[in-house]
Amino acid sequence: MSKNSFFLARMLMWSLLRRRSRLLIALLGVTIGATVLFSLVTLCYDIPRQLSREFRSYGANLVFVKAGGVGRMSLAELNQAAALLPAEQLVGLTPLRYESVRNHMLPYTAVGVDFEEARKTSPYWRVEGVWPARSGEMLAGSDVAEKIRLTPGQSLTLDGRNEAQERYDKEFKVTGIVSTGGVEDGFMVISLSDMEEMTGEADRLDLAEASLTSNSAALSEISAQVKARFPGLEARPVTRVASSEETVLSKLTALVYLVSLVVLSLTMICVATTMMTVVLERRREIGLKKALGAENRRVAREFLAEGLILGVLGGFLGSVCGLFLAGAVSASVFGRALTPEPQLAPITIAVSAVVTIVACLAPVRRAVDVEPALVLRGE
Amino acid sequence: MSESARNILEITDVSKIYGPLKALETINLTVPPGQWLAIMGPSGSGKTTLMNIIGCLDTASEGAVRLDGLNLAQLTRAELTGIRREAIGLIFQQFHLISYLTALENVMVAQFYHSMVDEGEALAALERVGLADRAKHLPRQLSGGEQQRVCIARALINHPKIILADEPTGNLDEANESLVMDILHNLHQAGSTIVVVTHAPEVAAHAERVIVLEHGRVVSDK
Repeated sequence: MSKNSFFLARMLMWSLLRRRSRLLIALLGVTIGATVLFSLVTLCYDIPRQLSREFRSYGANLVFVKAGGVGRMSLAELNQAAALLPAEQLVGLTPLRYESVRNHMLPYTAVGVDFEEARKTSPYWRVEGVWPARSGEMLAGSDVAEKIRLTPGQSLTLDGRNEAQERYDKEFKVTGIVSTGGVEDGFMVISLSDMEEMTGEADRLDLAEASLTSNSAALSEISAQVKARFPGLEARPVTRVASSEETVLSKLTALVYLVSLVVLSLTMICVATTMMTVVLERRREIGLKKALGAENRRVAREFLAEGLILGVLGGFLGSVCGLFLAGAVSASVFGRALTPEPQLAPITIAVSAVVTIVACLAPVRRAVDVEPALVLRGE
Repeated sequence: MSESARNILEITDVSKIYGPLKALETINLTVPPGQWLAIMGPSGSGKTTLMNIIGCLDTASEGAVRLDGLNLAQLTRAELTGIRREAIGLIFQQFHLISYLTALENVMVAQFYHSMVDEGEALAALERVGLADRAKHLPRQLSGGEQQRVCIARALINHPKIILADEPTGNLDEANESLVMDILHNLHQAGSTIVVVTHAPEVAAHAERVIVLEHGRVVSDK
């Protein structure tokens, strides 16, 4: 570093440190802008992650069936295919088996599920009463319950014939009435293990519902992989759910980016105004420097260097504050901890520096045009 | 050696016109090297305008100004800035020190824009005006007289061909005025060319030549 560069650094340092009140006002403007920018962009990154968990309340977004939708799959087949699902994005996987059953000679459809997994894949199920906790307990769909006046605590017997045409029957206690707004409202919902025990036939699944936080592209990719590696199975993305998610996410992300752009513009105006004030206050100093022989570009460079320091410092402080702000927003809106994006900090600092320098350009251009003779005379 | 080569400053038929107002009217003046010239006159007589033209802070509307052989009328603004940097030492009535820099750093600013900073040389300049012990003080920690001496040290640091002082004692008490005049005396003794603008006869009395301006014209040259 040459003596002059060192002296320039010294001048800039004292200009900022010995004019603290001015520095703090300008720094506050840059920091607030950088804070909002950092937090918004962080949320932009985090919203898909956060909302994809929220969207899981819509139910499964990937369904496994036998190829062509004909026949039943084994648990081993399902488990092999399910191994392709990204574990960190898997919310739940519920195998289902449907059987035609009867109660007092009236036909019903019974569905065997894994209740623990069903609560994960179908969080929208509303149960009046309690979920079954042990063998011999079941949920009755709300339509069925209304039709035959079932209430929690009552017992009923389901009977039928298995594939081998052997008769079976089993008594169940209704622990709850389930309302889903879907076909399940017309079903008797029992555990898969009870279904297997009742029919005497194990390892037969009609379908499996998977709930993943992946986007539609990733679901299609999984579907393609399943098709390639397990020709006997199909993994069908639930397009209705996936595309709704995509639409909501893309609109929300666009909105947040738009707000970020507005904030960026406001920051630039705020910094430009502050710098304009700073420059006007220092017209005499600029006039003096020019009277001492400073070329316009040197004076401009000094002011832009001050702007750069403010931008970098404000960007750094804004990144730190923005992380806390985004964390607070995430906790209050989504009820979950934020996943920090450290790579956004240098980007915020760079954007903040560029915005500050751009905001400084107009005031600095005006500043270097001052006539030293006029400002030194106090005009 | 020709006449013009001997003079550090030559002003020929210089006028400065602001709209209907003639601030200077057909001024002719030559200043040989080493001369101490005082420009006197009442307020509005054109003293400061003349000093600004000599100091390359302003340009003449008519006429020619030659400083150290260079015709200032033919120079661009950037070139005039260069002349200010290289050849002129400015002393202001209001001192104009940079508030966030120490006395030493204020002197070094002139070096910074001229060539290369040299802390030792800047300290020596402060020593020359009797302020070595106040080198680390900020302007607000210095008295008016001390601030003016820093301003003089800053004007001297780049060894200018001519020192221009605009009312250098205008804001000073008698004691400090005397100190500043002593410094200017010493500079004159050392061979510096000095042009002082003043309305105070006691300040002008120190000069070896005094011109008086009235309504933009030289009415006396002694």
